[in-house]
Amino acid sequence: MANSLEARTEILRRIRVATGKSANAAAIEAEWKAIQRDYKLAASVDREGLLHQFEDRLRDYDAGVYRVTADGVRALVGQILAERGKQTMAVPAGIPSEWLPSEVTFVEDLRGDVSPIDACEGVLTSATLAIAETGTIVLQDAPGEGRRAVTLLPDYHLCVVDAAKIVQTVPEAMARLQATAHVATTFFSGPSATADIEMTRIKGVHGPRFVDVILIVA
Amino acid sequence: MSLITFDPARVPTFQVAAKSLLGDTQMRKNVRHATDVIQGKRKIVVDEMPDWQQLRESGRQIKEHTLKHLDHYLQQFEENCTKAGGVVHWARDAAEARAIVIDLVKQSGSNEVIKIKSMTTEEIGLNKGLEAVGVHAYETDLAELIIQMGNDLPSHIVVPALHKNRQQIREIFKREMNLPNLGDKPADLAEAARTFLREKFLRVKTGVSGANFLIAETGGVCVTESEGNGRMCLTLPETLITIAGVEKVIPRYQDLEVFLQLLPRSATGERMNPYNSIWTGVHPTDGPRSFHIVLMDNARTKILADDEARQTLACIRCGACQNICPVYRQTGGHAYGSVYAGPIGAILTPQLQEMHSGQSLPYASSLCGACYEVCPVKINIPEVLIHLRHKVVEQDTQGFGALNPEALAMKAMAMLFTSERRFRAAQRMGRMAERPLVNKAGWVTWLPGLLGGWTQVRDLHEMPRQTFREWFEQRGATDGK
Ligand code: SF4
Repeated sequence: MANSLEARTEILRRIRVATGKSANAAAIEAEWKAIQRDYKLAASVDREGLLHQFEDRLRDYDAGVYRVTADGVRALVGQILAERGKQTMAVPAGIPSEWLPSEVTFVEDLRGDVSPIDACEGVLTSATLAIAETGTIVLQDAPGEGRRAVTLLPDYHLCVVDAAKIVQTVPEAMARLQATAHVATTFFSGPSATADIEMTRIKGVHGPRFVDVILIVA
Repeated sequence: MSLITFDPARVPTFQVAAKSLLGDTQMRKNVRHATDVIQGKRKIVVDEMPDWQQLRESGRQIKEHTLKHLDHYLQQFEENCTKAGGVVHWARDAAEARAIVIDLVKQSGSNEVIKIKSMTTEEIGLNKGLEAVGVHAYETDLAELIIQMGNDLPSHIVVPALHKNRQQIREIFKREMNLPNLGDKPADLAEAARTFLREKFLRVKTGVSGANFLIAETGGVCVTESEGNGRMCLTLPETLITIAGVEKVIPRYQDLEVFLQLLPRSATGERMNPYNSIWTGVHPTDGPRSFHIVLMDNARTKILADDEARQTLACIRCGACQNICPVYRQTGGHAYGSVYAGPIGAILTPQLQEMHSGQSLPYASSLCGACYEVCPVKINIPEVLIHLRHKVVEQDTQGFGALNPEALAMKAMAMLFTSERRFRAAQRMGRMAERPLVNKAGWVTWLPGLLGGWTQVRDLHEMPRQTFREWFEQRGATDGK
């Protein structure tokens, strides 16, 4: 759009007038690096403390929390889904087949029309990493996690998190995510919620209203 | 966003609007209740962070650095976003931004759009513009839906329907969604919104959003939200159009580590809001097939050019200054006659209007300084308020500014406000110095020297024995176990 090009030139000109002459990229980078960052960067608790904090935060958000060793995932998934009464679950490509109990129907997302996912009672995924301090799980477009819609449309999300992927702080998480910064990414912290009515956090609007998390511990 | 919009050029002055709104006891009760709840929650999750002040300082420095090199970072964002398949547009003002979006919506072949809450689209009156060309915009954020269906106006930047309580919301939904038996539990109301919007999410092919952060390093965009309506609008449509003020850019992905800690704790008193979405251009087989972003100036470069007011652009729209403001808590947001209410509105609105209107807003404050203390990026709002008052006075006195006593007083105050320490000292000193001038009723009716002319026409209220700031700190000290 020619008009937009004109606007671009004009806005950049206005900015330069406002801020004085522009610096070169190297100088700007040096200045960015000099920004004071005295906040906490790394974990201040041990492994077990970390797990506890994460579980605590998740419960605070009203998510279910379970711990299991790697060989027990399938049985636990079966048990949780039976308790929840879920028979049809969406799964993204790349979900480990050893997690899937035979009594439940798993529908793999083919990344086309979303209605088959919308029709599922829930979704089962793994996760890229988790942040203990904030009770946050990070999903990326990766095997076992899938495209963003798959963890959005179903009303229930069962997420399996490898405990080795839990960090304590947001800065630790961002450092780990840096290499995949371009990938579509979703942070979720508990079930969908709103505080729009009298500022009271209530569970559940459009995203999954029910969330369970399985932690795989060694 | 409803079809009625604030027209800052036509709204009454803050003082006139506030006077009539103060009579709305229900609204005032709702606002007080909601802001009490949110402040209580904020305090808990801020107090548990031993490094909160360090985070604030980093947040401030990142923003200051970005604004100083805004041309560099915007171009970097443009380059990287384009590489990733996004289309970047530039808009000098609101009209241009509206025209671009309307054009893009038409090109997408849709006569409906789904929208995420975006104060920027409110600022430019987008819904009205879309409606004029036959495009219906569905607001999908619960609060925005309440505003849209109630043909109301937003009163808060994070929770636009904060002035409505659950019974009032039920009445609106009952009527507009045709649900005669709707309950008034928040869960019932959320369920009604879920059902009402689900079909729209799955059907409408074009989404419109704002942005919280534009990441120059990657060309990515970050949107924070709670309900999942944002994720729906960002991922399900075929076309996504995002509108962002030019000040929303941040240098690097890593910088999110600061803002994703500051924002949720300040905005809703949560350790993290339920959802953050980060995407970069177009992701094949995941989300929209075409992505457009409109970078809008709309007077932001004017603010950038004003050294003392530039910090206004650091705002991350958390609303904490609104929740704590004793003036906002009394009047609610509508008195400010703008989508940006409260302390941030008092400094942002007149500047976005390039000081042609909204001149009463810098006076909508007791200068107690509470907003400065809660601001996660340390915007010294009182300092900017004084600076703007000075500008207003200069406008009023056209050229006689330097000799005008009010202008002089504002200049002196502006100086005081530039340092938090100086400001505190002045507040304490002011109380001592004014003692002999205070009459029995506590009103300062005469001031010596140059300031005399000022008090002939208006009474100046005595500085309280204990400032709000001192009271607030003391309260904090006794509250904290
Ligand atoms: S001015 Fe500061 S406190 Fe107010 S909304 Fe902006 S960031 Fe939040």
